[in-house]
Amino acid sequence: METLITLVQIGIGAALINNFVLYYFVGICPFLGVSRRIDMAFGMGCAVTFVISIAAALSWTFTYFILRPGAPLPAWVWETVGGTSGNVDLSVLSYIMYIFVIAGSVQFVEMYVRKFFPALYKSFGVFLPLITTNCAILFACLEIMKHLQDPTRLWGLHEALTLAVGGGLGFTLAIVLMAGIREELDMCDVPKPLRGPGIALIVAGIMAMAFMGFAGVDRGIEAALSTLLK
Amino acid sequence: MSPSQPTAAERFINGILPENPVYRQLLGMCPTLAVTGAMEPAMTMVGATAFVLISANVITSLIRGLLKPHLRILVFTLTIATFVTIADRFLAAYVYEMSKVLGPYVPLIIVNCIIISRCEICASKQGVGVALADAIGMSLGFGLALASIATVREILGKGEWFGVTVLGEAWPNWGIMALPPGAFLTLGLLLALANWIGQRRAEALAAREKGTEG
Repeated sequence: METLITLVQIGIGAALINNFVLYYFVGICPFLGVSRRIDMAFGMGCAVTFVISIAAALSWTFTYFILRPGAPLPAWVWETVGGTSGNVDLSVLSYIMYIFVIAGSVQFVEMYVRKFFPALYKSFGVFLPLITTNCAILFACLEIMKHLQDPTRLWGLHEALTLAVGGGLGFTLAIVLMAGIREELDMCDVPKPLRGPGIALIVAGIMAMAFMGFAGVDRGIEAALSTLLK
Repeated sequence: MSPSQPTAAERFINGILPENPVYRQLLGMCPTLAVTGAMEPAMTMVGATAFVLISANVITSLIRGLLKPHLRILVFTLTIATFVTIADRFLAAYVYEMSKVLGPYVPLIIVNCIIISRCEICASKQGVGVALADAIGMSLGFGLALASIATVREILGKGEWFGVTVLGEAWPNWGIMALPPGAFLTLGLLLALANWIGQRRAEALAAREKGTEG
């Protein structure tokens, strides 16, 4: 019961309240670059959600077993080679590791989808290479790492995955909304200097204001769930 | 080096205004929006980015003969990630409070497109001197852009600049400017201002040329 409520909170928090694009400003490049048409925006959103989940699962695994302070694997290796103090901290390597994981999983996903789901590859395959330098993916890995530092309150794989999927869905929501607004904007008379990214940023600003209205929703849902499940 | 490549001085000048990374190329948007709530974190961010950009450009330029085309992006990213780790540890050791404020945005320098694009466009093709000049110019341009946004946001949002009160007690702080929507609005309007100035100058230039012809 407790777990379910925590998961809902993490998911809603990542998707709506602290939306990756409109609150943390990660993934702005595709948000401005690929938001001209709704179908393209939706393809990009799906590709990001897909890769972010895989990267999150992999980076949780690496962080939990290897990179976090007091991780089991390096401690075991250290003791095997004859080290005395069991306190091994490899977290300095985490950034390099995450970049490897992201670049590798993007490559792998691209190959897998091209081989087994050619139709899917046609619809969002073109976006996959772009995602390697998408900050949203690295940001999700860093958030997961932040929650694996304190040994008394470690995130499990399910929590990490909920954060990633919620973040990906929030990104999809923001980029599809943006594309819808920009399709309508094409028919408007926008002042010349504002055309293109200028007006897109201002629209994003107003959207961010609207998303600020979600603040506190998680507490309401928590209260509703706990009365419902009692 | 092919003769068509710009010289060091051109690279340096280009980075500051004509090819400003933020206003002209729209690169590096995450830090531009995220850390510009006040001048102090913005300038720390510029310092860290400049360090990584200069180091990565110099290293990439030194090893440009060894790069294989299909592996070059990975090499760039790993070089950048190494320097970002150094910058992150340094900030955490010497300015701990600031590194907590910047939070995940220091490691996110790894995926800052400005650095990868400079490695790709300039450092992997030209010598160390040109790469260094290019990196310094680009860093100055990035710093200028962040400073302009942070100035607007901090003065309107808190009535302060670098933590010093500028607008008096009577100023009703526009809280929204310090929050995420303010970042989008400020950047959008400043971008429009930059475009407007650019268009005005282009028109004036065209009018002058027409005048000399006629």
